[in-house]
Amino acid sequence: MVTNPPQRKRIISDQEAENISRVEELAYEIKVREVMTSDLISFSPEIKMQEVLEVFRQKRISGAPIVSPLGDLIGIISMEDLIRCLVDMDVDSTINKYMTTKLITILPTDPVIEASKKFVSTNFGRLPVVDKDQKLVGMITKGDINRGLLRALETDYQEEEIRKYRASHLFEDIESDRTSLILRYQIQQGDFDIGGQASSNIKRALIRLGASKQIARRCGIAIYEAEMNLIIHTTEGGVLRVEIEPHQISIDAYDYGPGIKDVDLAMKPGYSTASDAVREMGFGAGMGLVNISRCVDQMKLESVWGKGSRLKMRLFLDSDHKNNESENQKS
Amino acid sequence: MNLGDLVKIVEGKVLTDLFDKNEIVLGGCGADLMSDVLASIEPGAVLLTGLCNPQVIRTAQMADVAAVVLVRGKIPPETTIDLANDEEIPLITSPFGMFELCGRLYKAGLPSLEKSVADQSDFGFE
Repeated sequence: MVTNPPQRKRIISDQEAENISRVEELAYEIKVREVMTSDLISFSPEIKMQEVLEVFRQKRISGAPIVSPLGDLIGIISMEDLIRCLVDMDVDSTINKYMTTKLITILPTDPVIEASKKFVSTNFGRLPVVDKDQKLVGMITKGDINRGLLRALETDYQEEEIRKYRASHLFEDIESDRTSLILRYQIQQGDFDIGGQASSNIKRALIRLGASKQIARRCGIAIYEAEMNLIIHTTEGGVLRVEIEPHQISIDAYDYGPGIKDVDLAMKPGYSTASDAVREMGFGAGMGLVNISRCVDQMKLESVWGKGSRLKMRLFLDSDHKNNESENQKS
Repeated sequence: MNLGDLVKIVEGKVLTDLFDKNEIVLGGCGADLMSDVLASIEPGAVLLTGLCNPQVIRTAQMADVAAVVLVRGKIPPETTIDLANDEEIPLITSPFGMFELCGRLYKAGLPSLEKSVADQSDFGFE
């Protein structure tokens, strides 16, 4: 039957994956060998069509290869050929008369996308898989490809689950007086197209580490606003630094300029220095810092005009720190 | 309401590859200001918006938005559709305006999942 696919170790970054779907990708990664059927029902060239009919019915198959006593592939017989034979009421003639000998074959080492292309261009339902010596090693159908892709997607899903499981045990597995995981991201000024990518990665990391949906959401929103601030307001971008510990998440967003002239004014809801272009993108309404403060348990903004700014945020993960707006410290 | 029903009600066209018509939408929120969305939307809502840039999808992802409907028949740039595919956020475009869309969905029984931001002075920092 079908052999187990080898483990695919290739890790694809978000950027690489930008323009291709996972299924398309798998169609290039998976080889014909991994999805083909290799224990074949085959016929010898001298048998009668009556026997083909019986075998098709009993084994519930719709096509089979015809192989010479030496194992060479001679032809293919399909349901369509059988129907032609039945219409002619000619089941006593040999398979030779009805089999297709115009053969399109594929190599076991070809990616399944090649098989898909051949299915489309030839309209055939099955392709014989032959090795370099032209010996038949298997057959592949569209159904085999679909099953193979589904299985691979499932494996991907399981791998994500395992990754999540391993990550969530990270802190338990490592012994120290104080363990923390630090993630750092460089944020480029003005790079709106990939704006939010760091936040997206951080949110995914938190979920993998076993954070609750609420924590991941609050953290994601706060960091996203901070990331957009770095993109919109700084002279040369800045850094997002996230330190994850079992009991808290500390986030630092800092930049090297231009700094904020009046921090109190910047904290005021609705106050913004953003340009019209930024506003057209749905930002710059002076709500960013307000939003951040609602999502985190502690927040501190320091800035020196001409030097830069540093926004420190903290979320507590202990159960007695369940974030409610009312629990936020009042200024 | 599930996504399949929603698409019918808004007479929408699905722009993303991945689309599960059985996915449940808990409510709705309509806004063009992403900071407002981040501040006010509750998880599991459909976001109705006139904004088409990739930041809509990022916002949706951060705020656990169930689906995004672009109003007034807007077609977003490729980068937005690509990101929606990557992040598995269903993206739909509808020919109706924001007002009509909100009305149609509300009439069909979809509740609002938009919190008030009126208490915006009530925040604290160290």
